Amino acid sequence: MTSFWSLWIIILTSITLIGITWILLGNRKLGAKKEDQATDHVYDGIEEYDNPLPVWWFYMFVITIVWAVGYLIVYPGMGNYPGLIGWTQIAQYEERVGAAEERHRAMYDRYLAMPIEEIADDPVVRRMGMRMFGNDCAQCHGADARGGYGFPNLTDDDWIYGGEPEQIETTITQGRQAAMPAWGSVIGDQGVEQVTAYLLELNHRNPDAELAKAGQGVFQTYCAVCHGPDAKGNIALGAPNLTNGIWLYGGSESEIAHSIRAGRNGVMPSFKDTLGPEKIHILAAYVYGLRNSAQN
Amino acid sequence: MSELNSALEHPTYNYKVVRQFTVMTVVWGIVGMLIGVWIAAQLAWPALNFDLPWISFGRLRPLHTNAVIFAFGGSALFATSYYVVQRTCQVRLISDKLAAFTFWGWQAVIVLAIITLPLGMTSTKEYAELEWPIDILIGLVWITYAFVFFGTIGQRKTSHIYVANWFYGGFILTVAVLHIINSMAVPVDLTKSYSAYAGTVDAMVQWWYGHNAVGFFLTAGFLGMMYYFVPKQAERPIYSYRLSIVHFWALIAVYIWAGPHHLHYTALPDWAQSLGMVMSIILLAPSWGGMINGMMTLSGAWHKLRTDPILRFLVVSLSFYGMSTFEGPMMAIKTVNSLSHYTDWTIGHVHSGALGWVAMISIGSVYHLIPILYGKERMHSVDLINVHFWMATIGTVLYIASMWVNGIMQGLMWRAYNQDGTLTYTFIESMVASHPGYLVRLAGGAIFFGGMLVMAYNLYMTSRRDVTATEAAPAATGTA
Repeated sequence: MTSFWSLWIIILTSITLIGITWILLGNRKLGAKKEDQATDHVYDGIEEYDNPLPVWWFYMFVITIVWAVGYLIVYPGMGNYPGLIGWTQIAQYEERVGAAEERHRAMYDRYLAMPIEEIADDPVVRRMGMRMFGNDCAQCHGADARGGYGFPNLTDDDWIYGGEPEQIETTITQGRQAAMPAWGSVIGDQGVEQVTAYLLELNHRNPDAELAKAGQGVFQTYCAVCHGPDAKGNIALGAPNLTNGIWLYGGSESEIAHSIRAGRNGVMPSFKDTLGPEKIHILAAYVYGLRNSAQN
Repeated sequence: MSELNSALEHPTYNYKVVRQFTVMTVVWGIVGMLIGVWIAAQLAWPALNFDLPWISFGRLRPLHTNAVIFAFGGSALFATSYYVVQRTCQVRLISDKLAAFTFWGWQAVIVLAIITLPLGMTSTKEYAELEWPIDILIGLVWITYAFVFFGTIGQRKTSHIYVANWFYGGFILTVAVLHIINSMAVPVDLTKSYSAYAGTVDAMVQWWYGHNAVGFFLTAGFLGMMYYFVPKQAERPIYSYRLSIVHFWALIAVYIWAGPHHLHYTALPDWAQSLGMVMSIILLAPSWGGMINGMMTLSGAWHKLRTDPILRFLVVSLSFYGMSTFEGPMMAIKTVNSLSHYTDWTIGHVHSGALGWVAMISIGSVYHLIPILYGKERMHSVDLINVHFWMATIGTVLYIASMWVNGIMQGLMWRAYNQDGTLTYTFIESMVASHPGYLVRLAGGAIFFGGMLVMAYNLYMTSRRDVTATEAAPAATGTA
């Protein structure tokens, strides 16, 4: 803030505080002997008394003004003046978060040093992970981690970006940006229909054999690059397996056709800055352990 | 009183526009509160939006706030200010045509809000969601309103300007400034615009506007109402002229600073947060000045509360006013705010002001006005006013008590953490814990809404030309 604006704030604040003090003191008439003295004002039959200000009210007003002046001396408020104790909200925040991190560092460091496979079944880790999951993940993946339309189920064996501990950790840390292009304008309506039929056949859903056969050709030309020639997906690219009956955006014929025609752009945000490596480690262990709990 | 047994049109004053706004106060009150009850039900049972975008919470909530603040509260302020300025200046409104323009213009704004907000057309600024063409219409209506009001004062036959008119005048002038500055935007097309401000500055302008919508629209304006209808209904002189001077100037000087308390612990610079908090605390005494002047005006007339439910409305509204203007400065303290902010406590605070103060003082004033405007001795049924009074009081208490409980519980749950540093509760757990409070809030709101229906029936029966007041007993217009 330039010194002009700083001065501007100081002057405006001072004028306001001095002004209300002046009008308060200027109209002071406390504890006058004779009460209910009427003024000569009459408006539509309403008269006005000229009673004194209530004493308790007057002093309450004075106290708040005095307190305000004191506060503005101790804390920032008057433009660039930092206040006697130099308080800032960012310093208070950093101090409190720093203290909390200090308090918990040893525990998190201990877990960070242990492999995820080892701590995934630790009841303490699972409880901590569950709370983090509830606050940071459940909004999309659901409180039970079973996902929903557009959000993967984390309790099954199907992993779009890989289900190994390091892969889960990477997904949470960096986030993921899926990029399934829109093929409608490339392969046309007929191509979409054919590829859809081919995918249905791969899932043993008995589509028109002619269409499916034609679709196989289109698939090998355009889709196999990411989803693989056997359509079993590629975790390095985040291309889902298309043969296991799990459909992120719905498995009906029309939904599959729509995904092919219009493309899909799923987003998993990065939690690197909000959680940090120690908490992500715990969270990854929790998510990794979900599969174990589902299998058991 | 001279208007008894007189024809519907007053020989001197323009009662037509007052009557129009008074009737629409009740109509929009019912509409706005019905939407409020509906979205309260949605918060208890989210499926009630039926997956239809037009009736989803995000679109109906701004319609509710616009309808109750600007349609219901605005109509009440137009009606009473036009009435009071004529009565206390002893002169007719300066222009009947311009007054009629403000009526039809304001109704057009409300109808446009009812159409555009459910369609999702919004500037996204809280309490100022309407898009820029409607904002321009509001500006035109408001400038006309200012011209009619101050023009009438300019022609007054009294030497001084009555205190009620100071408050109405302060409200009209400041709202014009707030509306114009906050609504500055760059239009893209007819239904879409972008704010002229960015980032933190936009947030600060928004809450400078937002808090002074509370301060000048919902406080100063309704204090104007209080300063006429309380002494009139109680038939007592105003307690202290000098108190009204001090608290008027202090109120308008300090309120304008209080906006930053909506942005504690955000990207807003520390100095602005401090000033917002400090001024909010100073604001306690000036706010209470109005309550004291209203309450003390009743001294010597307390016995009238036994027989006059209209006076009860006015007195209870002052009590809620005093309570919420104490609660407000307290919630503006950073330490308290860190608990209360973003919780239902804020919603409860707003409604103790909106239902307890704004709605109740308006309802009391409307009950005072209707018989006068329709040339009747009193309302059709004084007992029904009493029924309405109790419904309004019980509804308000249920509403704010449930939101206190919910708000403090949410604040405590959100900040609770375990020994390992993780949060004890997930957000959804605080929602589950809030559900009983949402049911109580819904019940309170529904009861308050029901009271408005009782009022509408009473108004209709009073307005009928072929029906005369049926009850002989206690006089509600203060003619006893």
